[in-house]
Amino acid sequence: MIKFVNVSKVYPNGAIALENINIEIAKGEFVTIVGPSGAGKTTLTKLILAEEHPTEGTVLFENADIHAFSRGEITHFRRRIGTVFQEFRLLTNKTAYENIAFAMEAAGKSDEEIVSDVPHVLQLVDLEDRMYHFPSQLSGGEKQRLAIARAIINQPEVLIADEPTGNLDHANTAEVIHILKKINDLGTTVMLTTHDQQLITGVGKRILTMERGRVVGDENKHKAL
Amino acid sequence: MFWVKLRRVIKGGLLNFKRNGLVSYAAILVTTIVLSVITGIFLFHVVLGTSITLLKNKVDIAVYFTIDAPEERILELQSTLKNLPEVATVVYTSADQQVLEFRNRHADDYLTLQALDELGDNPFGGLVLIKAKDSSQYEAIAKVLEGDNQVARENSEIIERINYSQNKVVIDRLNSFINSVEKIGVIVILLLSLISAIIMFTTIRLTIYVAREEIGIMRLVGASRRYVEAPFLVEGALYGIFAWLISVLIFIPITYLLGKHASDLIGMNLYSYYLGHFFSLNGLVLLIGVLLGIISSMFAVRKYLNV
Repeated sequence: MIKFVNVSKVYPNGAIALENINIEIAKGEFVTIVGPSGAGKTTLTKLILAEEHPTEGTVLFENADIHAFSRGEITHFRRRIGTVFQEFRLLTNKTAYENIAFAMEAAGKSDEEIVSDVPHVLQLVDLEDRMYHFPSQLSGGEKQRLAIARAIINQPEVLIADEPTGNLDHANTAEVIHILKKINDLGTTVMLTTHDQQLITGVGKRILTMERGRVVGDENKHKAL
Repeated sequence: MFWVKLRRVIKGGLLNFKRNGLVSYAAILVTTIVLSVITGIFLFHVVLGTSITLLKNKVDIAVYFTIDAPEERILELQSTLKNLPEVATVVYTSADQQVLEFRNRHADDYLTLQALDELGDNPFGGLVLIKAKDSSQYEAIAKVLEGDNQVARENSEIIERINYSQNKVVIDRLNSFINSVEKIGVIVILLLSLISAIIMFTTIRLTIYVAREEIGIMRLVGASRRYVEAPFLVEGALYGIFAWLISVLIFIPITYLLGKHASDLIGMNLYSYYLGHFFSLNGLVLLIGVLLGIISSMFAVRKYLNV
């Protein structure tokens, strides 16, 4: 489904973020990418979202080169991918309800769909009583659950979670991982990045280890399929 | 879907406007200043135009005729002058009317009236006042009366004097003054408008700079460029509308006070002018405010849309 072919990324300041990466992620997989800060995990997710362009190589989504997409195609492509970030990246002047509704509006969903689906997904992440709260009124764990709700509302084919537990305590981390697993069980491909070695023991699925821009380990490949 | 999107965009813009609080107030404040400057410049231009017209109206060429000049010849010259393309009006005052006006003017001055009575005959000749369509054309008209041509030759014996040469310095100075004022006026207006537009653009750019993160997030959750951009344009238009309302509330009392206390000084009643041109003037200012708001927002958002 997602394929990195000989991908390298060098930033304008000369920093090498990725070096000759070759990864293939199959549909329905749960892949955890683990590595210390600066290993290139976030660059990897940015390349999939077309936020960054590779210096060399190609990133394919269903055999189409993501970075050859036009602006309009990128917009449509992003609607097929849900994203969760470490720093949550919620719309601060919109309520929890409106944050999710915005993602649905952006995807061209009708008012009826929005009215019926938003409360449902908020219930799924246990935020139904926080519907009209602004992100600033939510705790870290609640913010991340809201970000997950927003990421899955349009039933994406892939969910990318970049260090989603980086700012959370142990209980909230476990909760987030539990939700991600559930989403994966429902058929969505999940790509999780983390620097937390302990976290991966709880995940127990395919684990890619990265160091200094290179993939140095790939355990349990396709085991989850 | 278009109408649904339009409704969502307008609602989004209204909500952002309401929730941005301080940022919205700051933008409205700056926009109000900008629109007030524009309205002020416009009214100043009107006052300047009126003052210049008043000054121009004070200039004329006076032709004094000899006491024995026959009236029919004066009237003949009057009609010749009226036919000149440069001439706006030619007003003839007969010798008798002049005496009458002189007596009225000096009604309280017994000695002067007595001296006039002692003279017995009317000491005044006829008088023709000529006004040109443009103050730069007096020289051409004066040439017709004083130069080497048929009209001047035929009438030289009935004309006692023409005051153009005496007024020439004043008229020339006035002309160059009016020209410079008009030129400087246009430059000042253009400059102030440009500065206003830049100030407004910078302020709106700052309001959008605050939201740059959010713009990136909206793009990442799959919103199209236009769908991200449009609510900001609504917000920009709202700044223009609110600022316009406030500037109207400022200018009603200002023009009222100027109309009440300074009409003589500026040569017109600014309040009557403002009310008389309320819809055209304010319609234009509203349009400028809304367009400046939208265009500034458009340029400011575009910078952050390339995510």
